[in-house]
Amino acid sequence: MEALRNKARELLQSRTVQVVIGYSRGSGGSSRAVFVQAPSQADALVFDDTCRQNLAVYLMKPEVRKLGKAALVATPSALRTILQLAAENQLSDHDLLVLVVDPGGDVVPLATFGAIEARVAALNTDLSADEKEELRKYKALGQEQRRGFWQEHFSRCLKCYACRAACPLCYCSRCTVECNQPQWIPVPAHDLGNLEWNVMRAMHLAGRCVNCGDCSRACPVGIPLYLLNQELISEVFANFEFRSGLAAKAENAMSTFKPNDPEDFIR
Amino acid sequence: MEIELRSIDREALAKLFAHWRDEGRRIVAPKQLGEKIDFAPVTGLDQVSLDQVQTVQSPKTAVFPRVEELFSYKSRDGQVEIRERDGTGVPRTVIFGLRPCDAAAFASLAAIFNWDSPDSLFSSRLANTVVVGLSCPRADEYCFCTSVGGGPGATAGSDILLTGTGNGTYLAEIVSEKGRQLVEGAGDLFGPALSKEKETFLARVDKAFDRDRIGPALAALFENTAFWAEQSLRCLGCGACAYVCPACACFDIQDEGDVSGKRLRCWDSCGFGLFTLHTSGHNPRPLQSQRWRQRLMHKFAYMPERQQVLGCVGCGRCSRACPVDMNILEHLRGVVEAKP
Amino acid sequence: MSDFQPKIVAFVCNWCTYAGADLTGTSRMKYSPQVSIIRFPCTGRIDFMLLLKAFASGADGIIVSGCHPNDCHYSSGNFHARRRWIVFRGLLDFLGIDVRRVQFSWVSAAEGAKWAQLVNDTAEQIRQLGPFSGYHKLRGAGVE
Repeated sequence: MEALRNKARELLQSRTVQVVIGYSRGSGGSSRAVFVQAPSQADALVFDDTCRQNLAVYLMKPEVRKLGKAALVATPSALRTILQLAAENQLSDHDLLVLVVDPGGDVVPLATFGAIEARVAALNTDLSADEKEELRKYKALGQEQRRGFWQEHFSRCLKCYACRAACPLCYCSRCTVECNQPQWIPVPAHDLGNLEWNVMRAMHLAGRCVNCGDCSRACPVGIPLYLLNQELISEVFANFEFRSGLAAKAENAMSTFKPNDPEDFIR
Repeated sequence: MEIELRSIDREALAKLFAHWRDEGRRIVAPKQLGEKIDFAPVTGLDQVSLDQVQTVQSPKTAVFPRVEELFSYKSRDGQVEIRERDGTGVPRTVIFGLRPCDAAAFASLAAIFNWDSPDSLFSSRLANTVVVGLSCPRADEYCFCTSVGGGPGATAGSDILLTGTGNGTYLAEIVSEKGRQLVEGAGDLFGPALSKEKETFLARVDKAFDRDRIGPALAALFENTAFWAEQSLRCLGCGACAYVCPACACFDIQDEGDVSGKRLRCWDSCGFGLFTLHTSGHNPRPLQSQRWRQRLMHKFAYMPERQQVLGCVGCGRCSRACPVDMNILEHLRGVVEAKP
Repeated sequence: MSDFQPKIVAFVCNWCTYAGADLTGTSRMKYSPQVSIIRFPCTGRIDFMLLLKAFASGADGIIVSGCHPNDCHYSSGNFHARRRWIVFRGLLDFLGIDVRRVQFSWVSAAEGAKWAQLVNDTAEQIRQLGPFSGYHKLRGAGVE
């Protein structure tokens, strides 16, 4: 951690960046986002196993972008998020320096998207064995059981949009739920509206989600949203051989096509 | 009404649940739902979870539902028939096992819903609800009831307050007329008080700040944009804090339907970007820092000024639910300690 | 159940399937009256949410049909639609919604007979599956 703090101090002192977005100690022994703007504040930075929030979400927040060039302490998910945001033309590597803290505590600065791509290439970006097992167990449920499973979960959805707020890839300045001509997604948190909201968000993330899990962690009532996202990650990979967040220049799976995309279900 | 002391044990409590069921009451109590503990309808004491410090959501949905129909309409041949909700038909409810902070929040909700005109639907729900609270043997670092005029054994807002005194027995404080009627209707389930001792069974919650200082401190900080920006930079603008809060009462009205349909009332949050967006396109609170400031001002300055009641009961739910740890207690301490 | 008349909504593209359905009519071919046809300029315009909205409005089954690949009036609208359907269908199945209730098809302007067959087969399939009450009962649920 000392290496991270020193690096932050150095970057701020030299005005290489105007803010270091990292983690600090939070309530209950957790960690939370911190925005270090002065070298004297760098002591607040920590990095350990509690640091899981995908901080890339702040790269899309206007109040943070206004602070100037940022250095971001990136988890593997955040690295992939940055590449996906770049592929969607939302980020330039001129405004961003990525800091990776490796297991030994050393800080690896990544100044270009190319450097981030090289780092991501060494990661396992597939679903983990545990995740695949959980999906497999869920898919062994019968149709009625699956429906009941989601009916129960979605009946508890509050439409607080913590999932959307926590997701770095939900960056639309005017989200589709905020359109009221027509009111496409119902505002009240009734069962039907909750299903429509969660289905829609899952679909809008198809081919984009990097499986950071922040949506599920953010959900106050513990809905396993990650199952929806991981299912679509599997579908997109199985059908289109595409994975998000691997390259700064990539075409979105859902806005491209192959002439020979599978169509055995089409009569 | 002077508080009457009685006692009840777990066995009799279980019978009390059966009695409520026989009376046709809906019983809402903390229940294990997956990995979270939250208020849900229950039919027996065995389904109730009582060991937790606090549930995720408050029980406010019993009197201020997440989605509520205000009226329905049908149009046919140019004629529109409207069926308005009146106070009849709301379910008779018992909220069991809520904490003293939750019970105190009903006063905050009532102050808003009956402020300038009485909300008959809300009042009817509240009138048809009996509140059986449970005092707190434990607290955690997020609790700050004692800083906002409450306490782990406070009786305000409860019709009956139970305090676990060990060995499955509870001291039962009969606080209100509703509570007294409930006891009378319960036959011999409530016995005489075995002891008046209560303090030793309560959690210790040290006062974190002086609530009289918050209002003036907030007023002095209003124009300090740097202070609010710093406090709110990690806030993502979701509605989790408002929705889990027992005292938050902001709502939206939505009409659903075409030739026939309903007008619905549902929860809203001042943290959302669109909350104050005008039809003209102007938004008086375009920045998250302004919306965060509004949250604290409303609860700790505007409500005391206008409704003579705080909009916060120190339950700590918002801090626990917040995905980015916007710890309200920490921020309130910052307000009191800030140099304007 | 024997007098259950399924409600089927068909989302079709203007240039191929709608024209094909027109041909079915002008050829005096009879087909099940259970279907309500909604015309789109292209299958690429069909938002997946419309399918859920159709179910919420009371549909028991849905047909989605457009031009064959390479025949799209707008060159590639149907290719984009196809990708969307692959993913959405997977999600519906994952959620426990019976994907047999949604029939995807390519029907060209010349395939009047195919349209009739498609509608009749789909109507029969939905008749066997029964009303989609599992979805319909979501309406009004969670409102106090």
